[in-house]
Amino acid sequence: MNIITIEHIAKVYQVGMEEVHALRDVSLRIDKNEYVAIMGPSGSGKSTLMNMLGCLDTPTSGLYNFKDHNVSQMNDNELATIRNKEIGFVFQTFNLLPRSDALHNVELPLIYAGITSHERKERAAAALESVGLADRMHHKPNELSGGQRQRVAIARALVTNPSIILADEPTGNLDSKTGEDIMLLFNEIFEQGNTIILVTHEEYIAEHAARIIRLRDGLIESDENVSDRFIPGKKVSVD
Amino acid sequence: MKNYLFELKEGLIISLKAIRSNKIRSVLTTLGIIIGVWAVVVMTMAIRGIDESFQTGVASLGSDNLYIDKWAWFDNDIPWWELRNRKNLEMDDFRRYVELAKLPLAAAPSAGTNRTIKYEDKSVEFVNIQGTTNQYINTTNLTFAQGRFFNELESKGGRQVCVLGSEVNNKLFPLGNGLGNNVKIGGRKFKVVGILEEQGSWVMGNWNPDNQVFIPIENIFRYFQSQRHRSITINVRAPNSQMVEAVKEEAIGIMRRVRGLKYDERNDFSINQQEGLLTNINQTIGVIQVAGLVITGLALFVGAIGIMNIMFVSVKERTREIGIRKAIGAKNRTILGQFISESAMLCLIGGFIGLFLAMITSMIIAQMDFPSKITPDSVILAIMVSLITGVLSGFAPAFTASKMDPVDSLRYE
Repeated sequence: MNIITIEHIAKVYQVGMEEVHALRDVSLRIDKNEYVAIMGPSGSGKSTLMNMLGCLDTPTSGLYNFKDHNVSQMNDNELATIRNKEIGFVFQTFNLLPRSDALHNVELPLIYAGITSHERKERAAAALESVGLADRMHHKPNELSGGQRQRVAIARALVTNPSIILADEPTGNLDSKTGEDIMLLFNEIFEQGNTIILVTHEEYIAEHAARIIRLRDGLIESDENVSDRFIPGKKVSVD
Repeated sequence: MKNYLFELKEGLIISLKAIRSNKIRSVLTTLGIIIGVWAVVVMTMAIRGIDESFQTGVASLGSDNLYIDKWAWFDNDIPWWELRNRKNLEMDDFRRYVELAKLPLAAAPSAGTNRTIKYEDKSVEFVNIQGTTNQYINTTNLTFAQGRFFNELESKGGRQVCVLGSEVNNKLFPLGNGLGNNVKIGGRKFKVVGILEEQGSWVMGNWNPDNQVFIPIENIFRYFQSQRHRSITINVRAPNSQMVEAVKEEAIGIMRRVRGLKYDERNDFSINQQEGLLTNINQTIGVIQVAGLVITGLALFVGAIGIMNIMFVSVKERTREIGIRKAIGAKNRTILGQFISESAMLCLIGGFIGLFLAMITSMIIAQMDFPSKITPDSVILAIMVSLITGVLSGFAPAFTASKMDPVDSLRYE
């Protein structure tokens, strides 16, 4: 099933007197249960594309359909709703609320979804359990290690059962061992039937994905299926 | 609707957390609001106290009364020298008025002087001594704690008897054993025949019956002031408030005749009314109110600016938090609500502290016999004022926060 359809989108920023073409003409489709890595050097437009895919921003021109919704025409409130219901974010810097404990951080998207306190607590606890943090629920971010923080962020992304998980350099602030653990967690999540979009500039991180899209100067340079590659933790299907 | 309530509740919980994590800053910020609310509550309390006191004072004098006098109490159209050059009102004028007047319920002359009053080793200085007749009591609403007003016989005979106001009585006879004793007024002996109940019209000062002593008017002329040099006041009471105007018209007619005025001469007397007193009081209260409003308004304004300032700082500090919240689905209005409720909560906390301080103030003031009490409506006023201040001063920062771009604010360091 088709989740994301992008047709000829462009994004132009006005920086002073100058126009910056962050995205020139990008078209792509992402289906359900795909594991996509978006790669590219800095300035290639991958952050802009990620913001666009994450419904944090709207394109200057072109069409963006998320399931049946025309995102390119949405106002702030509609974008907020779609982010809340359909997208789970994982950031490089974790972006947890520093003064709230892990449980409350995971609860947050459910608050904005209007779910009652009791159900929220249950679902948040379950999500934390699924990322292996059942015993860290009442720790604040500064009482957790980097890997644990990222796990809280992943639990927060999963708790609403979103259509896609959007991870922006999820291992960028972690040492390689912890980073690898996090990537294994993503593999697990992928195997449970989730759709993952990973933005990274590290080849070995991108190798976890089944499809790699490379951007350069606001255009798609290549879009290759690499599912035949070895994916750590994923059972290689023999057929 | 349910959704809004839900958001409100969550917003309140979030704001409480934010305030708690910045305790010292929050308290310092609300200082302006604390002072503002304190001022609002104490001001309304004071104004109400003064007002009540005036009202009871006026009520104790009687509201259907006219006072025929050489002097005009409030009429400032007549120049002072003209008032001074008027003929004195004399006892003869009073007698002829009483003969001719058909409408009044009662009429009595009065002449006052200030003297020291003594009993044994206790004395009260500068007491307003009112000389009058037995009819005077019928022109007022005064009530007695003990004894009675002097009677016709004592009045006509100019007996040395007196009626004490409650405060004078309390000072001379703290044990309450004044009735029947002799006091000395300006060195003359007077027997106490009656003691008034407390009238409680604190603001009337020397005109407060609590601070007055009444004696037969003959004694004033005999001992304290020559009748020739002293103008009296004729206290007239109308049977009811509808009759006040008629009594006034009649009084003008009679007094013009008594004073022998020609048709083209101006009145050489004034008919004073409590209405005048009331308007005068209301003007005074109005001035106090305006001054109070300006002061409290200023305090609240300064407080509101403080809140607005700290809310702007808070929004700036939490740019990233706003970005996170927006990324995971907070709508603009949710963020708006969160920050407005935070500032409203801050102000509300300040309001409660202010209210608490005002209660303490009221207790202290009450110790000094100033009429003051915190009523439920001043509590509601304090809460409303702080809530409104909070919402108004929080709006601009909250609006800024709600309009922040999620991408930029997530990137904010």
